[in-house]
Amino acid sequence: MHVTSSVRPPLVTGGKKYEDVTQDICKQVEGAPSTAWKISFTFSVIIFIYGGYCLWMTWYDGIGMWGLNKTIGWSWDITNFVWWVGIGHAGTLISAVLLLFRQKWRTSINRAAEAMTIFAVICAATFIIAHMGRPWLGYWVLPLPNAFGSLWVNFNSALMWDVFAISTYFSVSLLFWYVGLIPDFATIRERATGIRRVIYGALSFNWDGSAKTWSRYEAVSLVLAGVATPLVLSVHTIVSMDFATSIIPGWHTTIFPPYFVAGAIFSGFAMVLSLMLVTRVLYNLEDYITIDHVESMNKIILTTGSIVGIAYLTEFFMAWYSGVYYEAFAFQNRAFGPYWWAYASMMTCNVITPQLFWFRKVRRSLVWTFILSIIVNIGMWFERFVIICTSLSRDFIPSSWAMFSPTMYDVGDFLFTFGLFFTCFLLFAKYFPVINMAEVKAIIKSSSEEKH
Amino acid sequence: MKEKNKVFWKGVEELQNEPEFIKNNLNEFPASALAKDGSDDSAPDRRDFLKLVGFSVAAATLAACEAPVKKAIPYLNKPEEIEPGIANWYASTYTEGGDYCSVLVKTREGRPIKVEGNKLSSVSRGGASARVQSSVLSLYDTERLKGVQVAGKASSWEAADAAIIDRLAKVSQEGGAIRLVSSTVLSPTTLKAIAEFKAKYPTTEHVVYDAISANAISKANGISFGKAVIPSYDFSKAEIIVSFAADFLATWSAGDYSIDFANTRKLSKNKKTMSRLYAFESNLSLTGSNADYRAPIKLSQEGLFVAELYNRLTSARINTEAVKNDILDRAVNDLLQHKGKSIVVSGSNDVNVQLLINEINLALGNYGKTINLSSPVNYRLGDDEKMNQFVDDLNGDKIAAVIFYGANPVYDHPRAEEIKAGLKKTKLSVSFADRADETASAVEFITPDHHYLESWNDAEPKPGFYSLCQPTISPLFKTRQAQESLLKWAGNNADYYTYLKNNWTATVLNGASWDKALHDGVHEAASVSTEVAPVSSNFNASAVEAGIAKVYSSGKGIDLKLYEKVAIGSGAQANNPWLQELPDPISKATWDNYLAVSKKYADENNWKEGTLVDVKVGNKKLAKAVPVLIQPGQAAGTASLALGYGREKAGKVGTGVGANAFALASIQEGLVQYSAFNVTITATGGFSQIAQTQTHHTIMNRPIVQDATLADYIKDPSAGRFFPTVTTADGKVAPAKVDIWKDQHIQPNHKWGMNIDLNSCLGCGACVISCQAENNVPVVGKREVINRREMHWIRIDRYYSSDAESKKTGVYFEGDTEAMEHPSENPQVTFQPMMCQHCDHAPCESVCPVAATTHSTEGLNQMTYNRCVGTRYCANNCPYKVRRFNWFKYFDNGEVFDKNTSMNTALGRMVLNPDVTVRSRGVMEKCSMCVQRIQEGKLIAKKEKRHVKDGEINIACAAACPTEAITFGDQNDLTSRISVERNELNKERAYAVLEELNVQPNVLYLTKIRNTQA
Repeated sequence: MHVTSSVRPPLVTGGKKYEDVTQDICKQVEGAPSTAWKISFTFSVIIFIYGGYCLWMTWYDGIGMWGLNKTIGWSWDITNFVWWVGIGHAGTLISAVLLLFRQKWRTSINRAAEAMTIFAVICAATFIIAHMGRPWLGYWVLPLPNAFGSLWVNFNSALMWDVFAISTYFSVSLLFWYVGLIPDFATIRERATGIRRVIYGALSFNWDGSAKTWSRYEAVSLVLAGVATPLVLSVHTIVSMDFATSIIPGWHTTIFPPYFVAGAIFSGFAMVLSLMLVTRVLYNLEDYITIDHVESMNKIILTTGSIVGIAYLTEFFMAWYSGVYYEAFAFQNRAFGPYWWAYASMMTCNVITPQLFWFRKVRRSLVWTFILSIIVNIGMWFERFVIICTSLSRDFIPSSWAMFSPTMYDVGDFLFTFGLFFTCFLLFAKYFPVINMAEVKAIIKSSSEEKH
Repeated sequence: MKEKNKVFWKGVEELQNEPEFIKNNLNEFPASALAKDGSDDSAPDRRDFLKLVGFSVAAATLAACEAPVKKAIPYLNKPEEIEPGIANWYASTYTEGGDYCSVLVKTREGRPIKVEGNKLSSVSRGGASARVQSSVLSLYDTERLKGVQVAGKASSWEAADAAIIDRLAKVSQEGGAIRLVSSTVLSPTTLKAIAEFKAKYPTTEHVVYDAISANAISKANGISFGKAVIPSYDFSKAEIIVSFAADFLATWSAGDYSIDFANTRKLSKNKKTMSRLYAFESNLSLTGSNADYRAPIKLSQEGLFVAELYNRLTSARINTEAVKNDILDRAVNDLLQHKGKSIVVSGSNDVNVQLLINEINLALGNYGKTINLSSPVNYRLGDDEKMNQFVDDLNGDKIAAVIFYGANPVYDHPRAEEIKAGLKKTKLSVSFADRADETASAVEFITPDHHYLESWNDAEPKPGFYSLCQPTISPLFKTRQAQESLLKWAGNNADYYTYLKNNWTATVLNGASWDKALHDGVHEAASVSTEVAPVSSNFNASAVEAGIAKVYSSGKGIDLKLYEKVAIGSGAQANNPWLQELPDPISKATWDNYLAVSKKYADENNWKEGTLVDVKVGNKKLAKAVPVLIQPGQAAGTASLALGYGREKAGKVGTGVGANAFALASIQEGLVQYSAFNVTITATGGFSQIAQTQTHHTIMNRPIVQDATLADYIKDPSAGRFFPTVTTADGKVAPAKVDIWKDQHIQPNHKWGMNIDLNSCLGCGACVISCQAENNVPVVGKREVINRREMHWIRIDRYYSSDAESKKTGVYFEGDTEAMEHPSENPQVTFQPMMCQHCDHAPCESVCPVAATTHSTEGLNQMTYNRCVGTRYCANNCPYKVRRFNWFKYFDNGEVFDKNTSMNTALGRMVLNPDVTVRSRGVMEKCSMCVQRIQEGKLIAKKEKRHVKDGEINIACAAACPTEAITFGDQNDLTSRISVERNELNKERAYAVLEELNVQPNVLYLTKIRNTQA
């Protein structure tokens, strides 16, 4: 048993007992959908369908439906891809790294964060396929044995590495998430009857709750946490290499891997906060996701936001210090060129506003946290846009300089992923336990307000 | 030996060799082994039945998925000279309203697919302009008439012939005037046919006019020297050239002087001299942009400038308003030092100006040296006054019958409306136009002529220089050679081929071989006449003085210049999408004409680029508002507008593109004037974006174009060069020394490469069209050009200098980047052809996830379309931005890409090069260095068991370049042209663009040297 100092604030408030935990979480799964849920779900599905139409049109007519051109070959597509992958980072970090570091406050939020990770990675993956000129041949990027002749993939390409990084990350995250869900499914099964009992029974793989099963469960979780931890660093490192290994000024930067990882955690935590603050209220989970949780996460946002800020400044310093004209121009152009507004948005949202979290009041204010979490995600979207689009728009040969303006299909395809994400998340929130009951129960004794 | 005959038995059974075994041994699949229960029963069981059913259903289903059947029909009787897969080349002649080019036509399986210049002609000398190259697509224009039209309805030749002959006879009997209106006819045999027609119908008169008239030159020469001709100019001997708005490098009087001019500008360690070009003009022309000194002047002062030059160069003087200009001062100095080695030309259609030019050239002693009156050019024989008389007569009911041949005056004559109205009053009106164009749709009979690629014809661009035109395909439609029609109406039923051949045998060949002339495409009987040059002239100073003073003054009004664009010209080929999408060399605009104004003027009026304006000259108004384009180099107080646009009946590609500027041309002193003073320009409040392929115009002082002055170059041949270095532990080294690539590409056999001489590139864009035709490059249309998605594999980057740039030779990167984004008011212009650089360390190759772009063992960067999934990573990572993506399906998609006629109509598809894949949607493409031509050349060499010779293979862009700015060859062959150029002749000038990236391109550029003084 872990010994927890009595001066530590409790992680679960409200004097919850084991049965309270079960009751509080399961009642969402078992009850009828609330009106709020129905409205949100309908809205998500509408967005999903509209976005789906736009996506279909880009598939049917070609990538030309987007606003890309001969100079800017990637813009919203890859911006959105990196943004979603970044958002997907929080899940692994919370579940794996915090597990290894024994940060017990993670138990209340890891389930939703992981779910978010998986949905975000799915959203990101849609852009991997959708951005291709011939998406129906997307499987060619996999090193599959084939009968096309001596065709093999190019392992020198960072996009190739991406394929592995994302697919590994997705499979490990999915496994980790699902393994965590098994005991909770069993709990729901025990309370359910009829067809529900069969379904949740199947989902729980017929969990028997024996000591041996628990021991295996713990072991698998630990192993998966160990496997997932390097992925936290690797995924966005590799995504950043799409840019870092190129020769385009503004892309070709060795600082990218750590900077991208920090940025990913930054945006991932912000997204977790945005979602959890809403879920918390709607599902009456204030006792599980407490202000202390929010504050802890805000501290991480502040830290990673500052890292990102330093990275921005370092890039500028290096652009000057390297003496490479094109590099210097690229950064000057970012700040003062035609896309200055994107750069200004990025700086404001990512570097300046998160500094408000130095104030305890802001850190512990739900309203402030919610607003700032949204701002951070806007900022991080702009960060990727600035890197991708601004760098491409003015590179080496001035005759080819061009501007990008999005079409309704750029917007629509982005909306599609939002629709997809929220539809999935709402389904998850309704039919899956949003908080890891088993793990919360494990910390109730040591850190609940109730003294045992 | 013995041991080898040893027999091994596989089992005891074989050793024993019983009859049962022998029987079974012969049966490869014994039934007993297959039957599951060991019984001999081979009847299908239930499982086999199900398998068979499953297979049959699957097979039947899959068969239903089969791709549509496309038939390739072989020749039943193979024509002797056609070998499928092997191209035939025929020499022919392009003529279009007096424009001339001797060409070679490439045909594949009987279809002309490419037009290139014929080097055997000493007139066009292997050059072929964008318009000439594009003409092959015009052959396959679906808008061409499929047969005769009478009063707008399809008819038969017999009926039309009968009706026309009948009416001609009637008119002739009544003594009614018959007029044959044509553009300049270069063909002597056509003139003979016309003469025959005239003999039959004596009231016939041949009226010749040119859409863009150069009548003043011949008129002035008639006055000055008694020879009403346009002389030929020898720019190769001119060391100082002064041009007053004569765009002689592009369109001026159809003469192509770019080869001679460019040759004077070529440099090497053996030749360090260059001509110097002064240009005085209002709009920035191709000539002006290649000038060493360019003075933007107002059109209303053009005459004053010429007069000033006259006053300064000759002892005589005419009294006109004085103008001051330091570039003129320089020009005067230079001209005085180069008497007999200079040329002064003017593009003006004002006789008084041309008279002054004649006097200037006479005073400089240029006649007989750089200007030859005895060997004139026939390109512009139009007589404006005669045409004027025709219009007067037409409206005065004096003309009974009119025949239009190669002429479209209802579109391109300033009095178009009067002609259109007058035509209704005639008893017979006929047009030979290939489509129901503006004029043809106003006449009764359209008897469509063949396209020149379907025709027999000849041309005499200069006296004694003959050229033959032969058909390269059977007529696609029921059209008939115009000459044949004329002869038929004149009662001569000879076919034109026989007529032509007889005429040649009788008058041209002089015993020389017809077959040889046909093979060569040209027959050059005459040597250039060495007649004594004029020493004196007839010059009435006071009349000229009065004429100049009357027209020119330093007024305050806005002058309008109507000019000809390189691609569209007079608009005759306006329905050719290749030409419409060819970026203007200067403005890089496509699919439009626009009002070019200076930045200052636009700012004063608060106009942005694309602001729609109405243009009015007196009571004439442009039919349509045109967008404003801010043009650096445009003289203050002037605006310019291109002719050749605003066609109303060109066809689905050309109709409605831009506004018709011919409407603003005027007739003064009997001559058509393409300038107007005191125009009114008012914004309509509308906006129309101009489709430009380049929207950033300055080079930002980057060493992408490396340039120097001639003086600096003579001091140091590497003047202007930028030598990048990389800092390493051992100090600064050249980028090539720092390499993370362990294994270099091995290119043991060939290593193809290109040299591009920035001094020779004049920016004309012929290479772009040549590449487009050779490589099946799609046309994307205006909207997609606005979206910056044009597909050209080669582009000509055009850069304006900026005031903020460092003026020092070889100093790069300095300057305020924000300020450098703005071009100078009168910038220096540089052209840089840019295509795939075929980097040995190609950044595109390493980033492709599916290895769709790879390096060949011959130094080529290859693109495998089939493998491409379209991630566009390669295009992003290309520092030269030369990769082009198929954003949409450009072929078989006529609803969206109807302008891409070569891929969306059955007829248009005939122009496609069968050696080059038409790329599908979603794949990347780019310059392949014409790999199909390289392969063809290598195969020919291989069959003959020898190495490829230098010059044997030529790529499309290099073949099209009249000035040989682009050269192609094998770098491994140390004697090849490009190797000698790089390693010897111009070693110091050769540089790789973006050498600092160490991508090791196989394309090198030679520095741009300008002949400016310190």
